[in-house]
Amino acid sequence: MGIDNKDISVVADQNIKALNKKSMIEIIKNSFRYNIKQYTMAIALLSIWVILTILTDGTFITSRNLSVLFMQTCYIAILSVGIVFVMVAGHIDLSVGRLLGFTGAIAGALQVNYSLGTVPTIIITLIAGAIVGVWHGFWIAYRGVPAFIVTLASMLMFQGFSLGITGGSSLSPMNASFKAIGQNYIPKFNKFNINFLNFEFSVNDTSAIFAFIFVVVFIALDLRKRKIRKKYGFEVLPKRLQLFKIALMSMLISSGFSIMVNYQGIPYSVLVLLGIVLLYSFIANKTTIGRYVYAIGGNKEAAKLSGINIKRITMLIFINMGVLAAIASIVFSARSNSATSKAGEMFELDAIAAAVIGGTSTMGGEGTIIGAVIGALVMSSLDNGMSLMNVNSMYQLIVKGLILLLAVAIDIATRKKV
Amino acid sequence: MNEYILEMINVTKEFPGVKALENVSFKLKKGTIHSLCGENGAGKSTLMKVLSGVYPNGTFQGEIIVKSKAEKFNNIKDSEKVGISIIYQELALVKQMNVCENIFLGNEINKIGVINLDKAFLETEKLLKEVGLNINPATKVGYLGIGQQQLIEIAKAISKDTDILILDEPTAALNEAETDNLLNLLIKLKDQGVTLIYISHKLNEVFRISDYITILRDGKTVGTYERDQLNEDKVISLMVGRELTQRFPKGNHKAKNVVMEVKNWTVFDRELPDKKVLDNINFTARGGEILGIAGLMGAGRTELFTSIFGAYEGKKQGEVFINGKRLNCKNPKECIKRGLSYLSEDRKRYGLVLMMDICNNITMASLDSISKFKVIDNNLEVIKSNEYVNDLRIKTPSIEQLTKNLSGGNQQKVVLAKWLMAKPKVLVLDEPTRGIDVGAKFEIYNLMNKLVEDGVSIIMISSELPEILGMSDRILVIHEGKITGNIMRNEASQEKILYYATGGNGNGNR
Repeated sequence: MGIDNKDISVVADQNIKALNKKSMIEIIKNSFRYNIKQYTMAIALLSIWVILTILTDGTFITSRNLSVLFMQTCYIAILSVGIVFVMVAGHIDLSVGRLLGFTGAIAGALQVNYSLGTVPTIIITLIAGAIVGVWHGFWIAYRGVPAFIVTLASMLMFQGFSLGITGGSSLSPMNASFKAIGQNYIPKFNKFNINFLNFEFSVNDTSAIFAFIFVVVFIALDLRKRKIRKKYGFEVLPKRLQLFKIALMSMLISSGFSIMVNYQGIPYSVLVLLGIVLLYSFIANKTTIGRYVYAIGGNKEAAKLSGINIKRITMLIFINMGVLAAIASIVFSARSNSATSKAGEMFELDAIAAAVIGGTSTMGGEGTIIGAVIGALVMSSLDNGMSLMNVNSMYQLIVKGLILLLAVAIDIATRKKV
Repeated sequence: MNEYILEMINVTKEFPGVKALENVSFKLKKGTIHSLCGENGAGKSTLMKVLSGVYPNGTFQGEIIVKSKAEKFNNIKDSEKVGISIIYQELALVKQMNVCENIFLGNEINKIGVINLDKAFLETEKLLKEVGLNINPATKVGYLGIGQQQLIEIAKAISKDTDILILDEPTAALNEAETDNLLNLLIKLKDQGVTLIYISHKLNEVFRISDYITILRDGKTVGTYERDQLNEDKVISLMVGRELTQRFPKGNHKAKNVVMEVKNWTVFDRELPDKKVLDNINFTARGGEILGIAGLMGAGRTELFTSIFGAYEGKKQGEVFINGKRLNCKNPKECIKRGLSYLSEDRKRYGLVLMMDICNNITMASLDSISKFKVIDNNLEVIKSNEYVNDLRIKTPSIEQLTKNLSGGNQQKVVLAKWLMAKPKVLVLDEPTRGIDVGAKFEIYNLMNKLVEDGVSIIMISSELPEILGMSDRILVIHEGKITGNIMRNEASQEKILYYATGGNGNGNR
């Protein structure tokens, strides 16, 4: 077997030629049609922001509020990253909210009752999350109990554990360095103001430099990807359109960063989330384990016959979920500077909703990390905006429920057409 | 009064990449048995799915006229309303329910939703008598044999006041006595005024019961004939339409050393751990030869190889050797590593991840070979899959095409590419050409010949006797979990295989 590279390049040339013939508008149309999920998500988020800005007379869009919003989003987003893997593989995890409460209680008790330092506290909390993952994995992968039941049972059990550890009261305060994870910003040398067209804009230097590097790396990677795709003869956007896309994306990313740069700098918790998103997007797209998760969710029988060890992968997915829930609990308890038995209540629903709004299929096989993070932003934007408007929490829940229903209905409707 | 109870006029049905039916016309005289003959993929099942409303009105072109009235079926219920019932090869009974519940499923005798069980039981008893079954209506269907289940399907159809009854390969899994029984029942139904459409590969049955025979080939009607105008040879030549030698390219096979050896292989049923699905199987496969595995549906052919491949959940005993070293048949991964690949039947269920693209499907069983520290080398992945796409002539604009958008033949080639990439020494192909068009079939046969010439040992399970006869160097016939025949190519014939496949005792094992 074998063909020489000439063949590939011939095919590539043909594809590129065919592509050049298509008109710009057609390409935009096609790209819109094939990526409709990502676009609808982004558009939904932006329109929610516009509506909330109008309804709150601009309070919503202030850099102070958005910085707070990002920090509020972090722990749900971290949970939803784990949920994406669980759901893509065709499972569900109902216990993540209570697990967050449980591991948070452990972190609290270690600091308050045993006066442990921040580093050992974090390590033990993460190990606790991993052990819970092994427990779930054992029952789901090796005993064949449906994940729905296993995690429903855990939901009850973890609530009991949390009650036991906290004794029903709240454990506080946390160590100062622990608290910093949820409340502080990366340190700055200097903060200065820029006056641009009568528009006062303050800048935190280190955060600004970080944001700048991030955007530059993003652009470089995107151009490299284009070059590689061109080499293989895959469809690429025409140069002008690609540059426009890069410019648009860089603008979005830098405006996201500039909100934080303008206020107090980039929060540590956002940094943690950013790291997790990059790492897990890499795992999902570039590693064998990620590929196997999608294969199992897409067709379990085919995956099995292809030599994929389904039990082992399922175990890994749930261990991962446990560790991510522990990380989320650290961020959450650090932010609230306390651990209570109520912590994490209903978070599982927010996390699942975030993943589903972000395009994760309830049937398994499909879903993206970045989508789930956008979904989490949608959920917490609704929370944040409606709180700013002093909307009764009764209505908050109703609105969130309806948005979830609407998101999935739109997803199903668009899926049929393509 | 029209003498035709049913007329289908100029029916054309296209699937992406394949024209399954092209201007097919089919007329059915009232009160007759009319057989439909044709090779797999000739369009018989597609035509019947058009008739029964599985493919709704609008997804095909052409007219359907039932009892002189043009009909537009949007679903199966619509066709049932005018008296058309279809019984598929794969029976559609709910195993957990009893006979009575199955017969009236969807048509329960009820008053405002409350089922009249007594009446249903009485009716069931009457229906069972009519089809010649002597069982209790409260028996769970799962406990019945396939022959009995077939009769229950017919009882179900009768209960719906069927005028036109379609049977798709009803005897594929039946033994001789059961077949006899069924055919007699069909003749009895005809005498009662039911019109039957009978689809079968078994020409002796076709000639036994039919009044008319319509032959399809490559999605077109060859013609409709009275039974007396034809004989079996004529039907075959009309079905095939070309020389047999052309359909199966002859390879230059030279059997070499034994690559795989199976010793005393016994497999037990998944649900009934005492029941043997396979009983003391012994055989060898050599490099450079195609070993054909023949047998009826349910004989245990698929179970034999899924159990060896570590993908069968029942208990098993015995030993398998590859190149003289024992194979641990615990899981597919181990088998793939040792050079055994198994291309499953039903590519959509067991072969492909349909929402993944061609590239990811091809590399799925060999990701370790193109990754370092679990990170996939995308560069290598694209180069490798492009190689296979070109070698196997998979027709696609790009390897990024999702496999769900491919035609059956191209999908099968993708699965084949997946297993070729795993570099097998023994390649098991389970129904490798089911449901794909003639051109793609021919290409797959050529590929098999090429692999065998390279020294690979191919084991091919097939229900199509011409394929078994045309491609194999040696044929094993399995009947009810035992090897009943081991025939060399030059002594093989359709009759011989059928004789062993229905339980005729041959020279025993090997």
